[in-house]
Amino acid sequence: MSLGRNEVVDLQPLVKEADVVIVGAGVVGCAIARELSRYDLEVVLVDRESDVGSGASKANSAIVHTGFDAHPGTLESQLVVKANWLFDDLARELDVPFKRVGALLVAVTEEEKEKLDQLKATGEANGVHDLKIIGRDELLAWEPAVNPSALGALWIPRESLTCPFTLTIAYAENAIANGVKLLLETEVEEIMVARGEVRGVRTNRGTINCRWVINAGGLYSDRLAQQAGLADFRVTPRKGEFWVLDKAVRLVEHIILPVPTPISKGILVTPTIDGNTLMGPTADNIEDKEERAVTAAGLAKVLEGARKLVPGIHPSQAIAQFAGVRAAGNAPDYLVGPVANLKGFINACNIRSTGVTSSPAVAQLVAEVLAEQGVSLQPKPSFNPYRQGIQRFAELSWSERAALINKDPAYGRVVCRCETVTEAEVVAALHRNPPARTLDGIKRRTRAGMGRCQGGFCTPRVVQIMAREMGVAPTSLTKKGSGSELFVGASKCLLTEQPKKETIGKATPASAGSPLSDYHSAHYRQGTLASKEVG
Amino acid sequence: METVQVDVAVVGGGPAGLAAAWKAREAGAERVMLVERDFELGGILQQCIHPGFGLRYFKEELTGPEYAERFIARIREAGIEVKLNTMVLEIIPSGAPSVAPECALMCVNRQDGVLSIRAKAVVLAMGCRERTRGAIAIPGERPAGIYTAGTAQRLINMEGLMPGRQVVILGSGDIGLIMARRLTLEGAEVKAVVEIMPRPGGLERNLVQCLHDFDIPLLLRHTVVEVHGRQRVEGVTIAAVDENSKPVAGTEQFIACDTLLLSVGLIPEVELCRGAGIEIHPVTGGPVVNEWRQTSMPSIFACGNLLHVHDLVDNVTREAEIAGREAARYSRGELRAKPEAIAMVPGRNVRYVVPQFISAWGEEEVQVYFRVVETEEDVYVVAKLGEQLVARKRQMRVQPPEMVSLRLRPQAMVESLRKLVELKGISAKDLVCRIEVEPHGQN
Amino acid sequence: MAKTETKAVICVACPLGCHVQVTMEGGRPVKALGAQCRKGLEYATQEIQDPVRVLATTVPVTGGILPLLPVRTEGPVPRRMLRACMLALAQCRVQAPVRAGQVILENVAGTGVRVIASRDLPRLSSGL
Repeated sequence: MSLGRNEVVDLQPLVKEADVVIVGAGVVGCAIARELSRYDLEVVLVDRESDVGSGASKANSAIVHTGFDAHPGTLESQLVVKANWLFDDLARELDVPFKRVGALLVAVTEEEKEKLDQLKATGEANGVHDLKIIGRDELLAWEPAVNPSALGALWIPRESLTCPFTLTIAYAENAIANGVKLLLETEVEEIMVARGEVRGVRTNRGTINCRWVINAGGLYSDRLAQQAGLADFRVTPRKGEFWVLDKAVRLVEHIILPVPTPISKGILVTPTIDGNTLMGPTADNIEDKEERAVTAAGLAKVLEGARKLVPGIHPSQAIAQFAGVRAAGNAPDYLVGPVANLKGFINACNIRSTGVTSSPAVAQLVAEVLAEQGVSLQPKPSFNPYRQGIQRFAELSWSERAALINKDPAYGRVVCRCETVTEAEVVAALHRNPPARTLDGIKRRTRAGMGRCQGGFCTPRVVQIMAREMGVAPTSLTKKGSGSELFVGASKCLLTEQPKKETIGKATPASAGSPLSDYHSAHYRQGTLASKEVG
Repeated sequence: METVQVDVAVVGGGPAGLAAAWKAREAGAERVMLVERDFELGGILQQCIHPGFGLRYFKEELTGPEYAERFIARIREAGIEVKLNTMVLEIIPSGAPSVAPECALMCVNRQDGVLSIRAKAVVLAMGCRERTRGAIAIPGERPAGIYTAGTAQRLINMEGLMPGRQVVILGSGDIGLIMARRLTLEGAEVKAVVEIMPRPGGLERNLVQCLHDFDIPLLLRHTVVEVHGRQRVEGVTIAAVDENSKPVAGTEQFIACDTLLLSVGLIPEVELCRGAGIEIHPVTGGPVVNEWRQTSMPSIFACGNLLHVHDLVDNVTREAEIAGREAARYSRGELRAKPEAIAMVPGRNVRYVVPQFISAWGEEEVQVYFRVVETEEDVYVVAKLGEQLVARKRQMRVQPPEMVSLRLRPQAMVESLRKLVELKGISAKDLVCRIEVEPHGQN
Repeated sequence: MAKTETKAVICVACPLGCHVQVTMEGGRPVKALGAQCRKGLEYATQEIQDPVRVLATTVPVTGGILPLLPVRTEGPVPRRMLRACMLALAQCRVQAPVRAGQVILENVAGTGVRVIASRDLPRLSSGL
């Protein structure tokens, strides 16, 4: 499905007619899109951001839960428990990294130890029957880095790791390959209603007529839900701060969970699927839906919590910190299903912190709801459930690497030294659908910039490749969409421009007035820089 | 898969790799191969366009590219094979069953695909990388506009891209200072250089030429406590810090800027070394070496900023020449590590000493390099073997940004050694040589 | 008798960074102490009268393997002229190939100082 070189995938033209419009291309929206692409339906997936998975889906603990600790009897519990079992097949079909490493819920105090039985009972009530309580010796034999004063642990074997970026992108790619239209930088402003039925959506780019709207808007799902009659529904972002540690520090092999308190699930320590160690999150309700700031207090809290479980953790091992937000609404449970007052409007929101896990089960449920509502779901014979990810050079054997470079020499140029990402992978990320259009988009698809130097080495190289493949001046490139321009212009731009005071944060338009603008447009477009050789 | 056989392979075409490769060839290694990941030789020197290089080695002041050019010419004349655009991904040390008795460097590039370089001796010269925001956990949002100083230097000087127009620089190391000047010359406004320590991190001459010349404020004992801006940096909050480097509440000030440049330290790029099982020193962050710059893997040598972060490129060159020369000797079977190594350990006001071991007593003069913890005026730097003073030199001033060196003369060492071993019955392997700074007038 | 005062200058002629005390009489330097070499004394007296610096920067280059050519002034220019030199050089354009040492500008901003290339810059092989 990769496009030819220098062919640029631009924003898709606005679709005027559809059967179903899915609002929100996070992990849940993309999963629904992929699920509905099995059927003979015109499905449009819209998102306000410049890439899929730009909200809650990109910053979380990346764990596929079993649902052992969910509130029994809730829809959340039911869907999470069900979804865990779907992941083996799903990961195979979509070529998504997935590893059943298991979790150890570690009791450090006597009081905590007494809670293990109760947690096991809750898990069983949720239908998670493979739990086991292990003693201190067994725990420390499995995880020597765990706090030596730990008294025991609950073993949850099917708690698993995945990559939430890849999962979301894979859903979207497979959905698109099966006919779904993705519209990015498209914000739904209003649902158009006539006689109590959905007639379409009005977006910042125009109107899409449709009979069905699925509200997978995550953090912003309350706006649409309110319009559909759920006047009191509010989504309050709940921020979670995390630390990421260097791969060179491999502290634990399993997900290490604390004993939860009535208020919080607490701070966990887990390996990531790519071999880093992750610790977090905090859980703080915030006002601003766009805030993603890490705080000194939050990071200190995570460190303290993590060290209670794994005392050997040290801040000097860190390579990054980030904050994510859970789309936590004021409804007591998931909201998945139709609403009373507006036919054609289906919620898939209030998914809170379990969306990565529950996404395949939520998607199935949405399809069932549509069928119940009278949508004819005709399976499409052309549906192909398989998606092939970008070939990861770092994971191959030497002979596989040799064969790959022989086929495409761009695999022979390593552009990210920390994660061993090659030019070919960056090029692939730019030509898939949906394509990476920002530096963060490249990072999430290839891991270039995710290593210990955090883009120090690869940024200039990736910028060259992006400019060349996208056919734009490098000065127009952004980190994460409009307003996040990486550069203020070409070198000398501040010496040659008319003296004026610029507003902070507003970058100059690409290469305005600089003597280098010709160089950048000519060289980068022709792709000459990447292959420059000096004898 | 391609395989080539060489005598000495050098990883990294920066100043250390250039000098090591040239010297290895000079010292008689027949086939020397230099592997560089970038499209040209010179490494970081090519982006260091400012003058200040070569005063000691060439006895004239050169810019980075000029300094590089002199060695590139030597490489060309010496007939050293160069692999450009080539990344070494793994080092298999000699002795591993698959490659014994040579080392293998597993590399990739566009032309050869996977290339296995079999070398009798290897010199590692991969340099260092910059510490990032993540390493020091600066709170705030994650907008565009946060760059390490070295990355910004490459963007401005080589890629033709201007990262920002109103800049705050965190860290007063030399790269931070040099970028303050460079950005100012290019028309940007450097609002402040912020340094958490009570003293500047860079050389005095850079403070004068890069900050004083342009009236750029240097705020000592301050740090950045928050980054503002969601898409692009809109400003930073800075605050004063206490003696434990913790921000002091109530001292916060907001500085509007669109760029935050980080010059907060360099870390030897040792990932390949770790993979090869080479012993790493906890303080320098680089491999542990003896006076020949031989690592714990006898066929692998290391030099330059990979070994420890240097102050001057001239010192890098000198050190790399040792590594290159000894690697050539090793490749001919003339050099083996002696078992009775003596540890060089830091004493009063010394942070670390390189080399960490000396094995060649009585044969050659050895120059040891070290960095001090605190600035001191008018001191003696001394080497003591047990209680025996084996070397001493007077120095007007020692300060953390500058490396200090001390020459150990073989006669003095052998004599002291003999006393300790023969007269006092101390086993040679238990001997340590302490390097320290003494105030003048002591003793 | 003319008024005597002492000014402190940090020498930047080499990495030693000597602290030089210059004694001034009637606005003219008469004595300098504290430098470890002759260069330091010269530097210090110059620094007090009219500081000079070697300027290193880049100029845009067309057809080269890089978009910019690093250059420097052949000798020092008055520090007060640095900005004028930068503006003059920003207007320069050079055609690749360039040899190290090649003169890029004869008399930058009227200082009488030449600007020279500080590296070789080959032409881009694609012949662009």
